[in-house]
Amino acid sequence: MNLTGMIHLFLFPGMLFAIPAGWFFVWGEHKAVARMQRRIGPPLLQPFYDFVKLTGKSTPSRHGIEADLLRLYPAISVLSLIGAIALLPVIPDGRGFSGDGILMVALLELPSVCFILAGFTSGSIFGEIGAIREAVLSVANNLVFLLAIVSVAVTKGTFSLSELAAPTWNPGHWIGVLGILLCIPAKLRLNPFSSASAEQEIYSGPLTEYAGAALGMWNLAHGLEWVALTGLVTVLVLPVGGPWWPHAILFVAVSFAEVLLLSAISAATARFTLKRSIRFYWEWAAVLAVLAITSSMYMRFRS
Amino acid sequence: MNLLERLLHKCRRKSPWIFHLNTGSCNGCDIELVTCLSPRYDVEQIGIHLEGSPRHADIICITGPVTRNTLEAVKTVYSQVCEPKAVVAIGSCPASCNVFAGSPVIEGPLSKHIPVDVYVPGCPPHPDAIIAGIARAAQILADRGVPEKKKGELQK
Repeated sequence: MNLTGMIHLFLFPGMLFAIPAGWFFVWGEHKAVARMQRRIGPPLLQPFYDFVKLTGKSTPSRHGIEADLLRLYPAISVLSLIGAIALLPVIPDGRGFSGDGILMVALLELPSVCFILAGFTSGSIFGEIGAIREAVLSVANNLVFLLAIVSVAVTKGTFSLSELAAPTWNPGHWIGVLGILLCIPAKLRLNPFSSASAEQEIYSGPLTEYAGAALGMWNLAHGLEWVALTGLVTVLVLPVGGPWWPHAILFVAVSFAEVLLLSAISAATARFTLKRSIRFYWEWAAVLAVLAITSSMYMRFRS
Repeated sequence: MNLLERLLHKCRRKSPWIFHLNTGSCNGCDIELVTCLSPRYDVEQIGIHLEGSPRHADIICITGPVTRNTLEAVKTVYSQVCEPKAVVAIGSCPASCNVFAGSPVIEGPLSKHIPVDVYVPGCPPHPDAIIAGIARAAQILADRGVPEKKKGELQK
């Protein structure tokens, strides 16, 4: 790995930036929901306090392979998300490789797989119900998510993220970005697609049996998911070119605006049942995704 | 205490996650506890978070006079909360069994079965009193996490 690669992985937009940004976005989510409910909401450092407190707590003693697996899943989630964030072409410098968009999609999918496996491994009935719901939701939203990403890729004829990041006036690109934005609530388990971690029905779903540092890692993974998914939309809509620092500031500002928007939607809506979530993605959102992919293919053949 | 221990002490005080356990309460104290989460009192400002799973919680808030049916649940939930932990007894029932004292189906008071850190008296107590009780329990919880030989440095 060369020096730029190291900087991207460890400094910006990788670990050193992504972890505080994840906490900041989680704070933004809670604060936005609180303001929507006319509350004051948590202090700025609350996600950090929660993380440190959870790290310092003891955990129930478990033995055997389950114990190792339950510790491994949140770690895999955090690492894959840091990898996904490091791949984001926030500063357009022509790095990356052909097909890093496919790697990005795979890395974004790993936390969801780990979440499902954690639910089944924990052996809790709430965990299993949550895992089944997450699996079904993941199948539902990934149809739209993948079609949307493919339609964005078709407009450019490549899966290289640094080339995808330069927006054009092709309608396929913008409908595709809208499709990705529609899938974010399901990927982050926000209302109205929060049935996998529905706290009034199944406690915390797959995380019910988690405690201490491993739970803290899951919360961190949730923050990093915010950064990765809003960051993906942000790099697809921001124009490229110019010096790096206005880019970095604009990246954080636009991502945070998306956090506020999605949190406001989550505070304003009630939870869909699983059936209605699937219907939403496979009927309404799928129409949008098919429209995106046909328009980008049409524009490609016309040019 | 070194810097990390000080940070952990502060974070424990700032982030008390509570688990609510009803041990046969008349629902009066439960309503007052849930009121604390409402916009008027908004306990999220001081980091209080109501958790559904005892594994995630730091503080157990117990209402009710501990009936025979719920005694095992009290012991199970107490053992499921990870260290360091604290117990807040909300209302007069867990403290003294209140009007249910002497009943053959009541196993209370609560302190016969698990150690109680903070009593919030009242029938039912005011939400402000409950919040003050939880904040006091968070302080006790944070101090409890400090190793015994370093406790003297806390006052500094």
